[in-house]
Amino acid sequence: MTERGLRASGLRKGFGGLTAVDNVSLALDVGVLHAVIGPNGAGKTTLINLLSGDLPPTAGSIHLNGQDIVGYSSDQRSRLGIGRTYQKISIFASFTVLENCRLAAQSRKSHAANLFRSAGSYPSLRHEAVRALAAVGLDHRAGVIAGTLSHGEQRQLDIAMSLATRPQVLLLDEPLSGMGAEESASMVRLVRELAKDHAILLVEHDMDAVFALADALTVMVNGRVLASGKPEEIRASPDVQRAYLGSAEARHG
Amino acid sequence: MSGSLEFLVQLLNGIQYGLLLFLLASGLSLIFGIMGVLNLAHGSFYMVGAYLAFWLARDIGNIWLAIPIELAMVLLIGVILESALFSRLYHRDHLQQVLLSFGLILIFEELRSIFFGDDVHGVPVPPLLRSSIPLTGTLSYPVYRLFISGACLVVAGLMYLVIQKTRVGMMIRAGSTNREMVQSLGINIKLIYRWVFAVGVTLAALAGMIAAPISSVYPGMGSQILIICFVVVVVGGIGSIKGAMISALTIGIVDTLGQVLLPEFSGAAVYLLMAVILLWWPQGLFRVA
Amino acid sequence: MLMLGAVCVGLMPLTGATFYVQLVSKIMILAIFAMSLDLLVGSAGLVSLGHGAFFGVAGYAIALLSPKYQAASLWWTLPVVLIISAALALIVGLLVLRTSGVYFIMVTLAFGQMLYSLFHDTKLGGGSDGLYLYVRPTSSIAGYQPFDLEKPLHFFYFVFVIMLGVYVLLNRVRVSPFGHALAGLKVNEQRMRSLGFPPIPYKLGAFVLAGTLTGLAGYLAACQFGFVNPEMLSWHYSAMVLMMLILGGVARFHGAIVGAFAYVLLQEMLASQAVFGAIAKHWQLGMGVLIVLSVLLLPNGLTSLLDRLSRVRLRQNS
Repeated sequence: MTERGLRASGLRKGFGGLTAVDNVSLALDVGVLHAVIGPNGAGKTTLINLLSGDLPPTAGSIHLNGQDIVGYSSDQRSRLGIGRTYQKISIFASFTVLENCRLAAQSRKSHAANLFRSAGSYPSLRHEAVRALAAVGLDHRAGVIAGTLSHGEQRQLDIAMSLATRPQVLLLDEPLSGMGAEESASMVRLVRELAKDHAILLVEHDMDAVFALADALTVMVNGRVLASGKPEEIRASPDVQRAYLGSAEARHG
Repeated sequence: MSGSLEFLVQLLNGIQYGLLLFLLASGLSLIFGIMGVLNLAHGSFYMVGAYLAFWLARDIGNIWLAIPIELAMVLLIGVILESALFSRLYHRDHLQQVLLSFGLILIFEELRSIFFGDDVHGVPVPPLLRSSIPLTGTLSYPVYRLFISGACLVVAGLMYLVIQKTRVGMMIRAGSTNREMVQSLGINIKLIYRWVFAVGVTLAALAGMIAAPISSVYPGMGSQILIICFVVVVVGGIGSIKGAMISALTIGIVDTLGQVLLPEFSGAAVYLLMAVILLWWPQGLFRVA
Repeated sequence: MLMLGAVCVGLMPLTGATFYVQLVSKIMILAIFAMSLDLLVGSAGLVSLGHGAFFGVAGYAIALLSPKYQAASLWWTLPVVLIISAALALIVGLLVLRTSGVYFIMVTLAFGQMLYSLFHDTKLGGGSDGLYLYVRPTSSIAGYQPFDLEKPLHFFYFVFVIMLGVYVLLNRVRVSPFGHALAGLKVNEQRMRSLGFPPIPYKLGAFVLAGTLTGLAGYLAACQFGFVNPEMLSWHYSAMVLMMLILGGVARFHGAIVGAFAYVLLQEMLASQAVFGAIAKHWQLGMGVLIVLSVLLLPNGLTSLLDRLSRVRLRQNS
């Protein structure tokens, strides 16, 4: 019986003389939200890039549902069920909200190759797009030009686009950054809802959100894993408090 | 016996051509690598250099005086063009850069036509360098060609020293990878860009100048050399001076020998080489970053 | 606005002057070239300086396929030339699409020049002199001839219909799933990959389609001019068509048509001795200056200017 979920083992990424990620292992399972925290430059985004296929690892292995995916490109991994969002909002500003999701949904259907029929004429694509929008709560804004959305709504759209590809794994890179209190609370509710049906990796600086959401927590410092396990244990660990949490709470406290 | 000497002559010619290409390609590669600007008019500066050499040789006579005057002129033109035109294109898309520089090509070509006409002109080799080194009874190698190779090597050496060993060179290298950081250090990045551009195009003009006695001056010489220059830069990798040198020498030799051995296909040979190399190294042999 | 323009062009031959009919035919052929290049440049974001190769190769193909003093049949030469163009575009595309950004521009330039030198330096196509197409293809099938391309008027409408057809086709592609994917790839390729889109098949598709349609333009050009030469493959020619795109406006195919008209009419005016006398032979100077100004001041082309004007008018009316 093959193991379901994402398993990364011994991941290492070096850039010339600098090692951005060193011997990092983690596991992602559907229904579990795994948060990764750490100071700036700890290698968190590099880690996501290694998992999503945006960067090839120098060493280590990655398995999705038992399949070795280390050699796979980012688009191949996406088709296998890994979705992600980027730190920088990456929606298509000139398309409408619906068109953004519809485009994302297209990648899963063979219609994507069609040159001659209007994209709007495929009911299955529209259905997928609406489903994804409803999941994030943006279905009432379907006809709006994406560039005119508020910051928080754009982040929601970004996630909706990834959802439209029906991923098993979701890698979220700082989805709360730049958000005010109300928008943050909204996003936290959304992510908690998504965690039920997806294997989520959450990289975040907002400690309140992290501790409200995380089922499992990994702390990274200087590319290495400092501590990994249940959030309550990690919070109580003196090493972690010294290395990171103290200063982080001062920022968000 | 004479067959291998013939080959040696062609090889030397190939190296000399390659070194000239290096002067051109390094300028283009730096300008693109550091400022991200694609300048199609780079070949036009080669032409400007050649025609200025023709003009100054005709009207001033003393080429040793003419060289610094001409270099100063081109430097000035480079600075003006950069501040008036190219500096506005640093953040714009490639299409606009391509077209703006293509417009400049048209302007340069027509100005050339207006001032110098459309005929082919010869440029005399300076009297000091007119001799030849005898190789056999009938074969000798022109000293001027050795001078060209030598001059290019000197410039290459100077470039290496400046970029690798001086503060300015370090700023240039830093500016190509991290513009904001360099600016925050108080270094005037705009000034660096302006001078990199001006020096880059002056190198092209220098190449044209010293090549003029051998190639003559003729309409379209700029466009012709531009394409080969592009091939050199693509094969060597944008931003890499080392890559430009290796690539320029290879292409110079391949092209020269090709013209002797297979004249009908030599034109296509260089592009074929590029195609083959790009199949394995899509970003050139020594790409930077 | 567009409809008005199309109707004007369509009715233009009624003015009678054959010179103008032929001029507009030439402009329309270039418009087809420009629209197909717009698919590459505007929709896919791939700036190609070697696109003239498809234009020229198609022209040479029909010139070579036609018997010397007789008309070849339109009905098989046109599809064959289109297939040749598509095949060439596929082969070249597979190679050049391994690069991107500036490398792509340079590599397409070099490929174009490679093909140029093949035609220019070898006996393949008559060398630097080019080839003549003495008789235009005939449309007769089994003795019935629906139209005669030798007649300027028939040829005009033949090109007109094809130009409109290409316009409609490209717009359909733009709103198709393929077109949307291409647009996404142009804006943010990394994001598209993270959504599961492999970039190469889409870019290759655009490249092949653009190459084929340019081949269509090349075929028509050979018929129009009666003559093909290596210059059609040169990068100067490709750059000229890019100029039409920037004059007219990129990514909206009517911009390509507007640009083609603007460029040729500007060229006719600048080169006209009636207006500029002795300096007319240096018209490229004026054209160069106009291009530089165009890029600096009107980077989105004339169609963006028209858009702004119509928006102003709408605001005034409301």
